[in-house]
Amino acid sequence: MTEYSLPLPVLEGHSADFYGFCKEGELRFQRCDGCGAWRHVPRELCAECGSWEWTWTLSSGKGEVFTYTVVGRALHPAFDDSVPYAVSVVEMEEGVRVLSRVADVEPGELEIGMPVQVDFEAVTDEISLPIFRRVTG
Amino acid sequence: MKEACIVGIGQTDYCRKPGSGMSQLALQLQAASRAIGEAGLKPGEIDGIMPFPNLGRAEEFAANLGCENLRYAATIHMGGAAPVASLQAAAAAVNSGMANYVLLPAGWNGYSGARVRQTVSQDVSSIPGGEIARDYYLPFGFTAPPQWYSVLARRHMHEFGTRSEQLGAIALAMRKHAQLNSNAVMHGKPMTMDGYLASPMLADPYRFFDCCLETDGGAAVVVTSAERARDLETRPVRILAAASGQPYPADEITNRRDIFRTGLTIAAPEAFGKAGLKPSDVDFAMIYDCFTFEVLQQLEEVGFCERGEGGSFVEGGRIELGGELPVNTHGGLLSEAHVLGMSHIVEAVRQLRGELGERQVKDAELGVVTGWGDFGDGSIALLAR
Ligand SMILES: [Zn+2]
Repeated sequence: MTEYSLPLPVLEGHSADFYGFCKEGELRFQRCDGCGAWRHVPRELCAECGSWEWTWTLSSGKGEVFTYTVVGRALHPAFDDSVPYAVSVVEMEEGVRVLSRVADVEPGELEIGMPVQVDFEAVTDEISLPIFRRVTG
Repeated sequence: MKEACIVGIGQTDYCRKPGSGMSQLALQLQAASRAIGEAGLKPGEIDGIMPFPNLGRAEEFAANLGCENLRYAATIHMGGAAPVASLQAAAAAVNSGMANYVLLPAGWNGYSGARVRQTVSQDVSSIPGGEIARDYYLPFGFTAPPQWYSVLARRHMHEFGTRSEQLGAIALAMRKHAQLNSNAVMHGKPMTMDGYLASPMLADPYRFFDCCLETDGGAAVVVTSAERARDLETRPVRILAAASGQPYPADEITNRRDIFRTGLTIAAPEAFGKAGLKPSDVDFAMIYDCFTFEVLQQLEEVGFCERGEGGSFVEGGRIELGGELPVNTHGGLLSEAHVLGMSHIVEAVRQLRGELGERQVKDAELGVVTGWGDFGDGSIALLAR
């Protein structure tokens, strides 16, 4: 695999679990065993009901673009060669929102409300990032 | 309710090239020393210091200035909302006897020192949300403030039809005011709407001219009780009420049920309620203007207009000098200098003292100062002469 130069998540704690599932091609969020609330990013306990019990639960992977930006000038040296690039906030069917990118849409063609489906991009041997693709038809 | 007062203000020269030529600490000490001196105090009388987060320690301020009776030292960790939130804490401190005179210093070499591009990438703890940002934002290139807030601006445009020209009206108002301020970095550099619209996109919808300056400079204020203020030389400016608040969750900017509910949404009604006043009573506003949309959003959340109406509110000169609600008569972070919001407090004090000449708001009696920091922490103070 060619050398990957962009920032990577650190596989510790809940992030190790979240990205571990991504490596297996699964988008899972914490879902409270007490009240059923979905949450992202991972937390220690449920802010809705106070339960410490949760299950990493499979998402449908479906969502829509809630908002986005197109970065024209990198403000982190690692992204200097990536501009222009878009960053999207995707609202999942389960209600949680995920910050990611829509991989197969040109930055200028993004729209709020665009339906998208999760996919995974293996950026290193260890890490796959959850990305999104436009749902057409 | 017991009132506290601002009795001293100090500023350094604000600049970009070639840089201040002073250390970050020295810049702040110069501003602090001027504020203490203006109040007619001796450094030994300053017994409270509230440094801006990550820009200095009370110990080093005290040791350099000669504050040998320091009793109260605290920092409010709310980024750009810290100075106004510190006004609130300082007022409580002087009225409860924890300190007699509290110094609030701020300043940095934002141009000649470490720039945003460097700090964010090198120190994840400098980002609100720390490890959340590291694991869930940075891998996708969501790395810096204009990007974090641009997604709010984009959503606002979608929901309420807010337009680029309305963001531009904010940038133009700040730039116009800077033409009346010889210490403003953008003094002598007026801007047109065409010039604004032609500036390059940094983080859509934020163009280059939607973003605050990176500058060198320091500012400071001194707070004391109303009783002690009476014995001092300067004309005191009263802190009628102050409040701060945080969005929820405050460590993660994308998963808020109501994406526009920020710290100010909570803080503003509290401050106006305490003072028994309403937004329409206000003569001017110093709004923390890290980016144009944050001004628009704060105007809405303070209650100067309804949510969604900020775009039309800022048009037609309403927020310019001579308009219904002059905003940032110094030029703000967008066109004066980025002095972390302390400069907004300094300008409000000067307006209420009536010492601003051609940029004086006529008969200014009541002003609002806000702070905005991290992922939407907010603070507000109502100041009066
Ligand atoms: Zn629960």
